[in-house]
Amino acid sequence: MSAASNVNSPVVFTQDELGWVSWIDPLPEAELTERHFAGLVDRSRSKSEYFRLLVRDPEVLEARTKTDKDIFYNVADGLPRAERELAAAATSRHNGCIYCASVHARFASTYSKRRDDVQRLLDEGVGADLGERWNAVVKASVALAATPIAFGPDNVDELRRAGLDDAEIVDVINGASFFNWANRLMLSLGEPSK
Amino acid sequence: MATKDIIDTLAGIEPGSALDTIRARRLQARDNAQQSYLSLFEPIDASDFSLVERAAVALFVLGLHREPTVAAFYRAKLAAIADGARLVEAIEFEIVRGETSGPYGAFPAGPLSVENKAGLIYRVSAERKADLGGRLVAAFEHAHLLVFRPRDAAAADMKALLAAGWSNTGIVTFSQLVAFLSFQVRVVTGLRVLGASLGRTANAAVGA
Repeated sequence: MSAASNVNSPVVFTQDELGWVSWIDPLPEAELTERHFAGLVDRSRSKSEYFRLLVRDPEVLEARTKTDKDIFYNVADGLPRAERELAAAATSRHNGCIYCASVHARFASTYSKRRDDVQRLLDEGVGADLGERWNAVVKASVALAATPIAFGPDNVDELRRAGLDDAEIVDVINGASFFNWANRLMLSLGEPSK
Repeated sequence: MATKDIIDTLAGIEPGSALDTIRARRLQARDNAQQSYLSLFEPIDASDFSLVERAAVALFVLGLHREPTVAAFYRAKLAAIADGARLVEAIEFEIVRGETSGPYGAFPAGPLSVENKAGLIYRVSAERKADLGGRLVAAFEHAHLLVFRPRDAAAADMKALLAAGWSNTGIVTFSQLVAFLSFQVRVVTGLRVLGASLGRTANAAVGA
């Protein structure tokens, strides 16, 4: 088991690339079987400590990975990718997942070309004023992250006023909800490293 | 049009409805949210995390979310498992003791420390420990952390689970289960709220 003191952990939210170190034992690459590779979905994920840890339960990892990919990568219709990533970054910022926020803030910047606004979300937090549409997405994500869940009719009205249709609102709900899954794994099974 | 899955059932989405049609556009996500549920609650191998433990943790997690429809679903699931029904009373007792509002917790020491938010550090009551047993006591205390203050998680929490008899693989599946339920209950609540607003819009259109 790694000791926290061995890792150079980031202490602020960042768009830089971070590493991630597991607190319990991932499966060694040499022990992976075809059942595990099916769970990894992408064979290259066997290089990642995080995925080699989660692949201890290959069936759950496979279903989770396929859920994740469709919510974020299926852009045939619905919410632009940038705003799905914004929902992921805002959720991660609010829950406090520095690692998840770094990955999805980078994606939000790449797809939106609004790197400075994304950085303000990280620096100032979920109260940063990012314009009506992004504010509505961030606010909905924050309401969904609360326990008990605080998402209500006002969030839906606000998203509609910002121009989102019902299918796009479902993408916000799915994207933000998914990061309540991802954040809890990343935060509790290991820690980020610089 | 698809047959109803767990999310449809819990969110009250009917086949052929507007939300059913929207969900059908993300068929892989829809199918795999269901498959995640099945893999967690009807696993091919439950040797590291028993079925009754899975349902017990699920009831505790949903109770903490105060979503009665979803909690009732997992309560029924636990009650239907041999050896599960006897746990319901103790879990309901612990849910009340664990109720609070999240997320809270501490950030790594540094500039973010000003955002630290203190809150309940839940521990199972002395009088219910015997009912639950050592593995579930450790699981509930960690599940409460995952639900309300995931940013507080530390390597020491893994040690506590290992010391209570959880294997590495058991910890992974248990963490997935709590994290998945955190996703599922939010999708259900989000879709239910959106569905209710569609009803309002439809009614308004009929009125106009």
